[in-house]
Amino acid sequence: MRTFAIAVVAALIAVPAAAQEKPIKLKPGPGLDKVEANCQACHSLDYIQMNSPFLNAAGWDATVNKMINAFKAPIDEADAKAIKDYLTKIYGT
Amino acid sequence: MQKMNRRHFLSTSAAASAALIGGLRQPTEAEAAGVDLTPGVPTGVNSSAIMEALPGKKPLIKLSYRPPNYEAPLEYLRTPITPNDEFYVRYHLSDIPNVDVKTYKIAVGGDGANGQAEITLDELKKMPAVEVVAVNQCSGNRRGLSKPHVQGVEWGYGAMGCARWKGARLKDVLDKVGLKKETIEIGFNGADGPAVDKTPDFIKSIPVWKAVDESTIVAYEMNGQPLPHFNGFPARIIVPGWTGTYWIKHVIAINALTKPETNFWMNPAYRIPVGKFPLRDRFITQENATTTPITEMVVNSLITSHRDGAKVKTGKVTVSGMAWDGGYGIRAVEVSTDGGKTWAAATLGEDLGRFAFRPWSFNLSAKAGKNSVMVNATNRIGQAQTSELIFNPAGYHNNVMQNITLVA
Repeated sequence: MRTFAIAVVAALIAVPAAAQEKPIKLKPGPGLDKVEANCQACHSLDYIQMNSPFLNAAGWDATVNKMINAFKAPIDEADAKAIKDYLTKIYGT
Repeated sequence: MQKMNRRHFLSTSAAASAALIGGLRQPTEAEAAGVDLTPGVPTGVNSSAIMEALPGKKPLIKLSYRPPNYEAPLEYLRTPITPNDEFYVRYHLSDIPNVDVKTYKIAVGGDGANGQAEITLDELKKMPAVEVVAVNQCSGNRRGLSKPHVQGVEWGYGAMGCARWKGARLKDVLDKVGLKKETIEIGFNGADGPAVDKTPDFIKSIPVWKAVDESTIVAYEMNGQPLPHFNGFPARIIVPGWTGTYWIKHVIAINALTKPETNFWMNPAYRIPVGKFPLRDRFITQENATTTPITEMVVNSLITSHRDGAKVKTGKVTVSGMAWDGGYGIRAVEVSTDGGKTWAAATLGEDLGRFAFRPWSFNLSAKAGKNSVMVNATNRIGQAQTSELIFNPAGYHNNVMQNITLVA
């Protein structure tokens, strides 16, 4: 209900309701810039830390594909590959 | 971040210093941050988990900021009613509005309804009110303990709580529009939405028989107070006995459906393999050959008085905790101190109803060294906990009997 949400947010009341998100510092590695540029549009990067280090290349592949296919994340093919490689290498098994 | 409360600080600092004094290892990031994680969750949780207080909440274990997923530490689960500011928080989508009660209304309709209605919060409160004490547990509570690990929010034990919910019966709300006989499901939508427009909105449905059950309500009070923002203010659906996925927060639409709801969150999400769990409630309009939606909670228990590895004195030790199930009520809780060879009945505490946490306690005599404590709850239809994990790809319905060690 995006439309509704925007209408309500426009009529904001005073109570602060959002979590105070602190920056998540992921481990360095090739592709980290693509992760930061794409993934955190929809979710905080702690999801990646939390889901580690038990996914292998196929597991991270499926996860990124789920973000694109099921959740419709607008990630282009080159970025998706860089993200999968980064996650497998840095946060995979 | 607000300060940790004192009892939590004491318990975590004791655990941390015990580990350090032993000189065995360095504290993990989570321990350094004052978090007692459930043993067995993925090691990566150590990097993401911190104790953090959302507005209106005491510190909870932050697993993810956005969408916010915060679980209750064990200390918050020691009472049969979980206080509102200690209740866990679970969202799927990150656009969570502050709902303005002046403009808030619930749209009731759908192709299975004879008419349409809009219900304001005031109108909802003027309807006949009912109260039900019920456990709200995330389908994926204890997902972090799955072997092998599976992807998702890596909950330990704390994605649950029990509250006294007050509201109008969903059946009475549906009576305002009237249902056609072709209605098979009732669908719900909340005010929260996705960050990207094309991401499927979090919409869920339940079978019409469950929707018109007298215990299924549209709640506007939790433990005598308005619902906290992060638990669905100003009104949410309460589906006693069933897992939290159906308890739509900030509900703004209730639709009678003549066709099954088919969005992502009904299929493939929130599904279990057919025939793997000893469940009674079926969601037949959603079943297929291999999967079916998750329905009622499996019978389960949790030791809340002690953590695995806790130090105790020799002699009498009282172990206590909670037991719950999918709405039949708890008949017995049994404890074994010999690794499951023999079992003895625990004492059951106050009965707040068949959907509620049932407290239990057990006195054992601790000997010097290691003392094993296993717990198994049985409900009123004879279902008991499992001794081996029933693995499923989403990590749902983990009711493996706990087996902890107390060290005297």
